[in-house]
Amino acid sequence: MSTQDIIDTLAGIKPGSALDAIRARRLQARENAQKSYLSLFEPIDASDVSLLERAAVAAFVTGLHGESPVASFYRDKLAASAGGAALLEAIDAEIARGQTSGPYGSFPSGPLSVENTAGLIYRVSAASKPALGARLAAALEHAHLLVFRPRDAASADMKALLDAGWSATGIVTFSQLVAFLSFQVRVVSGLRTLAAATA
Amino acid sequence: MSTVNPPVAFTQDELGWVSWIDPLPEAELTERHYAGLVDRSRAKSEYFRLLVRDPEVLEARTKTDKDIFYNVADGLPRAERELAAAATSRYNGCIYCASVHARFASTYSKRRDDVQRLLDEGVKADLGERWNAVVKASVALAATPIAFGPDNIAELRRAGLDDAEIVDVINGASFFNWANRLMLSLGEPSK
Repeated sequence: MSTQDIIDTLAGIKPGSALDAIRARRLQARENAQKSYLSLFEPIDASDVSLLERAAVAAFVTGLHGESPVASFYRDKLAASAGGAALLEAIDAEIARGQTSGPYGSFPSGPLSVENTAGLIYRVSAASKPALGARLAAALEHAHLLVFRPRDAASADMKALLDAGWSATGIVTFSQLVAFLSFQVRVVSGLRTLAAATA
Repeated sequence: MSTVNPPVAFTQDELGWVSWIDPLPEAELTERHYAGLVDRSRAKSEYFRLLVRDPEVLEARTKTDKDIFYNVADGLPRAERELAAAATSRYNGCIYCASVHARFASTYSKRRDDVQRLLDEGVKADLGERWNAVVKASVALAATPIAFGPDNIAELRRAGLDDAEIVDVINGASFFNWANRLMLSLGEPSK
């Protein structure tokens, strides 16, 4: 595969370094984290989730995690996407509005209810809706839930996406996208922290 | 419509999982889908027949998962990789994922009571220096914004983990931030 490994790139792992050697011991994981990235951002079939939607959601999700090389990478990716420049202002504004700390949310009613933690129930601003459109507005609201309060997720949230025009297959791809980014941003952060502690 | 009896507490018991949107019917699966499932037997699982709606992503996700957890030729013992998965799931609130990986952690560590304390008391349970370091690192990684820092690395090293083992903790805990979000948001567990 000619494409540079995205996790190595974002984590600043150089060929021949100690962490390069450690990552090579989990070659299948390394190669398939890369394939996950490619199948989400260079899919063979983008009919259920457009490339622009993928880039916009990625910029939003990684931006919600705070400033980082990963967030910059996906913001640049959105800016370079066809139609992306027109979304940047709205995505930046929504990231700022969506900032909070997680995970929070509620457990099923019972002994775990004492652990319920209230927090922001994020909704897209009226000002951003015209630029984003109904599908992306619904996607950002659901992405925020997945990032910060995944235990609050309910069947009604699936209905909201279906009502906004998302297909069942589109929901699966979109959910994988947000969940994958939640993984990728953490691996990169962890590896960067380890590299800094080893230097 | 199947009857769902959702668990209200963390458990090491075996749970079912019911999708909120339609999985693909088994009869409609093609070779492209079976490639995505990786193991053909996964066609029996509602969860995997749902995720196989995007076969390429599922295949890559599954192979990432398997190497992070099952490749024990070197690195962190399987029990502690499962502990990272269980702790992450406990903290994010995924009762289903926690049940599976708490069971695995118990099986591989033979410390079922300690694993149960993680489920009952939460991620602050005192499980001894080494397990505490793994749980704390997993929790710091699961937080948004990410709270994992040099103190976590120092603590893992004091507990005896080398850098390759620390990477296994980072991979295992990070992976469950992927898995938890799918399991929690596309359906629900059932007793």
